Amino acid sequence: MAFKTEEMILNMGPQHPSTHGVLRLEVELDGELIISVKPHIGYLHRCFEKHCEAMTYPQVIPYTDRMDYLASMYNNFGYVVTMERFLNIQVPERVEYIRVIMGELQRIASHLVALGTYGVDIGAFTPFLYCFRDREKILSLFEMTCGARLLYNYMWIGGLSHDLHPDFIPACKEFLRYFKPNITELNNLLSFNKIFIERTANVGILPAETAINYGVTGPNLRGSGVKYDLRRNDQYSVYDRFDFEIPVGTGANGTLGDCWDRYYVRVREMEESIKIIEQALEQLPEGDINTAIPKRIKPPAGSIYGRVENPKGELGYFIMSDGSTSPYRLKVRGPSFVNMTVFSELCKGHLVADVIAILGSIDIVLGEIDR
Amino acid sequence: MKTREEIFNSLKQEFPRDVLEFQNVPVEPVITVNPLAINKICHFLRDVEGFEFDTLMCLSGIDDANGEKITEADGTVTIKGGVLSVYYHLYSIKLNHKVTLKVSASRENPEVESVESIWKCADWHEREAYDMFGFIFLHHPDLRRILMPYDWEAGYPLRKDYKNPEFYQGIKIPY
Repeated sequence: MAFKTEEMILNMGPQHPSTHGVLRLEVELDGELIISVKPHIGYLHRCFEKHCEAMTYPQVIPYTDRMDYLASMYNNFGYVVTMERFLNIQVPERVEYIRVIMGELQRIASHLVALGTYGVDIGAFTPFLYCFRDREKILSLFEMTCGARLLYNYMWIGGLSHDLHPDFIPACKEFLRYFKPNITELNNLLSFNKIFIERTANVGILPAETAINYGVTGPNLRGSGVKYDLRRNDQYSVYDRFDFEIPVGTGANGTLGDCWDRYYVRVREMEESIKIIEQALEQLPEGDINTAIPKRIKPPAGSIYGRVENPKGELGYFIMSDGSTSPYRLKVRGPSFVNMTVFSELCKGHLVADVIAILGSIDIVLGEIDR
Repeated sequence: MKTREEIFNSLKQEFPRDVLEFQNVPVEPVITVNPLAINKICHFLRDVEGFEFDTLMCLSGIDDANGEKITEADGTVTIKGGVLSVYYHLYSIKLNHKVTLKVSASRENPEVESVESIWKCADWHEREAYDMFGFIFLHHPDLRRILMPYDWEAGYPLRKDYKNPEFYQGIKIPY
């Protein structure tokens, strides 16, 4: 007697801790094997782009904070760099250096959340607490600088909202000294943990060619072995003055481009960020933190597409101006939004338990996917 | 590495009827092309040696709002005629050059060929442009709303003459 079988549809989310926000995955299963995954997004849609059309250019900055809320500094950074290119403004050197320091601290903070929560997704709770303990110290540094812990509105067009606090430089150096050995600790706890490797190596393999075609950027692309980082490839700010490496995946524990590679690229990027911050603190010039810009910012009628290397990938701003004081159209190309498109492709043929492992390795933030 | 102008000249030679003009607007010049030939042109740009645009950085819709503006009795504006546009920002990782393409389609029937089969990341970008502006991407495999609810019937939010509905599923919207 033959049993009748049919595929099962499983809804994961929108309220599910390992979807990192409000994301619904419609998973089609054959037993435990995944046939297809359909992500449904939009639960956190806050009409960012429509709002911007009613704001003046500087008023957009606080809204950018709220997209990728784990990397607010870098969202500010991307927007102001694009606007400065649009207006053809040169900012003082000190501003550039402070922006780089803040941006790299933010990269470490964002990666710490990514790595910590990835551990939780896989079943390791302890590293999560260690990561958040360290992230807390970075947030304190930001609080010292601009008074806010998560949503900063710190970088302004042509400058910054505040200069560094007098205690910032020693506090930052102290943090780096404290944080360096913690990466080794994290590696011992999680990265080279046998159970963790079993769960992540050879899972969700992303070949470089597929990654490029899907527009995947950031640590996910580098995990597939492509040495591509906008800090080097599409130079902005003062990143050309620092000596740092671009870590890429090697397939050390499995196949090139698997979840473990993507995870480990993030760990190594934190080390590189520390290098950048140390050099920036060393070279930090004295000077003004604001340039003279017109009170009413009016870019020429035209458009620009500017992009920076956000902790999660390429963050692009497409700004169109009609010559007035508010953007005619502003579109954000969020790295998570584009990285998420490859997700269904990665899941095919894996087990249902791997969905979580793959989703965590892509490191998405729903605030930016939905905007 | 090629400049935008060089790319335009080679495209013009290859597709004399579908490549329209080189608009030298501030900061980033754009190449306007025929919306029904954009997939052919993008195929050429991706596959031919010397161009090799392997990624689509961004695809964004725009409401040009250049039609006739009619003021309704309640003070709101409706736009008739004119065009909607799509901007394509392409980049070649291999050769490190960029180009911006633009297509314009009529507001009443904004049909544009899909580039989803060329760059997979266009899938969601095109769904977003459909969701926000109402572009019909021909030959797109799965053109549904993406950010707005699937049953949103009040039109396309990023159009300049968009009006909020009174109610959504029995819930009053303007509060």
